Amino acid sequence: MSGRTHFRVRCRETVSANRQAAYYKTPPSSVQVPDSPASSSSAAASPASTSQKKPEIVGDAQSSKLAESAPLPPKPAVGVTIHQLSRVFDTGITAIDRLDLTIDPGEFVAILGPSGCGKSTLLRIVAGLDRPTSGSATTGNVANPSIAYVFQDAHLLPWRNVLDNAALPLELLGMPKTERRKLAQAALEHVGLGDFLRQYPAQLSGGMRMRVSLARALVNRPSLLLLDEPFAALDEITRQSLDEQLRQLWQDLRMTVLFVTHSTTEAAFLANRAIVLTPRPARMIEDFSLNLPEKRDADLRGSLPFAEATHRIYSALQRGTDAGTEAK
Amino acid sequence: MNSSTGKKHLLFAALWPPIAVLIIVCAILEELGRSGAVPRFLLAPPSAVGEFLIHHRADLLISLWTTAQAALIGFAASAILGILAAIALASSPLIRRAFYPYTVFFQTVPIVAIAPLLVIWFGPGLASVAVSAFIVSVFPVIADTLTGLLSTDPALIDLFHLYKASSWARLWKLRLPAALPSILTGLRVAAGLAVIGTVVGEFLVGLLGAGEGLGVRIVSAKKMGRIDELFAAVLVASLLGLAMFTAINLAGRLLLRHWHASERA
Repeated sequence: MSGRTHFRVRCRETVSANRQAAYYKTPPSSVQVPDSPASSSSAAASPASTSQKKPEIVGDAQSSKLAESAPLPPKPAVGVTIHQLSRVFDTGITAIDRLDLTIDPGEFVAILGPSGCGKSTLLRIVAGLDRPTSGSATTGNVANPSIAYVFQDAHLLPWRNVLDNAALPLELLGMPKTERRKLAQAALEHVGLGDFLRQYPAQLSGGMRMRVSLARALVNRPSLLLLDEPFAALDEITRQSLDEQLRQLWQDLRMTVLFVTHSTTEAAFLANRAIVLTPRPARMIEDFSLNLPEKRDADLRGSLPFAEATHRIYSALQRGTDAGTEAK
Repeated sequence: MNSSTGKKHLLFAALWPPIAVLIIVCAILEELGRSGAVPRFLLAPPSAVGEFLIHHRADLLISLWTTAQAALIGFAASAILGILAAIALASSPLIRRAFYPYTVFFQTVPIVAIAPLLVIWFGPGLASVAVSAFIVSVFPVIADTLTGLLSTDPALIDLFHLYKASSWARLWKLRLPAALPSILTGLRVAAGLAVIGTVVGEFLVGLLGAGEGLGVRIVSAKKMGRIDELFAAVLVASLLGLAMFTAINLAGRLLLRHWHASERA
């Protein structure tokens, strides 16, 4: 258990009972988390600013000891500023057209839009894997923010076991073997895979592989986590359970999250803010806060506010598609 | 207990069909040879080949060892130089465009035609025979390794880019291991070709009356009309190729055992 404690950066207001509850081995839906000040509506409106100003490691004796030995300092979340961003491919197709967008540090943002509307391109540009044709995408004012990217499929190295797959980012950044394995183990325990360290990807189910992929993304304690339809290839039940885990991870770690998805329900369940894009070229048609409870669990899916949020996203998607059709 | 009997059963199930074919074919050949339907100078009955194998096993083992040495040296050279060449070719599209057409030379060169040249360059011995084995077997290693290196998962390349991996790390930790299945395919083909290249090389050396490899023996047996010796030497050469192929196969299974669920049991 102590192996995980140094992993979480939390805001000061969060009560320690909440932290205890976060150590789930059981599905998070069965974990009862008492209401905390952090989950009040005011905090939900801007949870980012609180965690941004006072990031710290919540310390009992064990976790502070681990925090000292951990070579990676907790990183503050970073915001993303997208200014007049356009991306035109060599083929002449305009994927994104003069997009403006500001994302605060620590926000959980869902980005929705029809297939091929340039959502992935946007994510790749933010990650630095692609360059804008004009305009800019900048991440925070941190010199070298750590960015993690989760793909639609797990994309693990089949010749490496789970532990060494999760340790890969640290290995590439030059961390010695013992330290990176310790951190990778902590990250894997955090996603509930503590008992599968020596397994190989071929021996795991699709959902477990995706969790390894998540652990790999989190092992570096990213300031910004980019997810490109990460659970789209999974069955509905696995997907819901991973959504719950991801939401919990965000509540524990409070990094900035950009989550690209096709699913209105997934967006409503996970995010604090939803951005809906039009068909290609991507323009913003809707950008609103989801005023849902901070704590999300299976019960939320059946609630009226959830249905309303889902509907609002859906109708924005519909409007975007209609507008796109008329434009043609 | 249960699983070991199960394994034995599986082994038996796998082995009996080819063994049955072998027995039937041998019986037919034996009958054709003994009855005189096919003249003795065209076909040695299996019993005569077997007799030769037993009586001249010491000589044959020396020939086998000579041939195996050349084949293994040629194969090793193919594996090492072929993989290095593929890495160089994969490093840039320009290098690939400039050099790849010339690697096809190895695929198309008629080895019999250039073997005399090899003998002039390297002398009538192990060196020229090993070079012949190399020339015949290197192309599949280059081609398959290159395919493997160029088909690395783009998402993983992105991932390595995201964590600022050096090009050395990208090659060593991603592209080469990811190309391993393709590399092994190339090596499997190369193993058989290396034996063929060796035997052809030995033909030419044998014409000069030097060497003691299986190819040399085949040439001299043909000259002397010793059809049983010829068949025995061909059989041993085939077994050598099979042994090398099997060795690569086993190495591949071992290396890839974690990759696919099917290799686990």
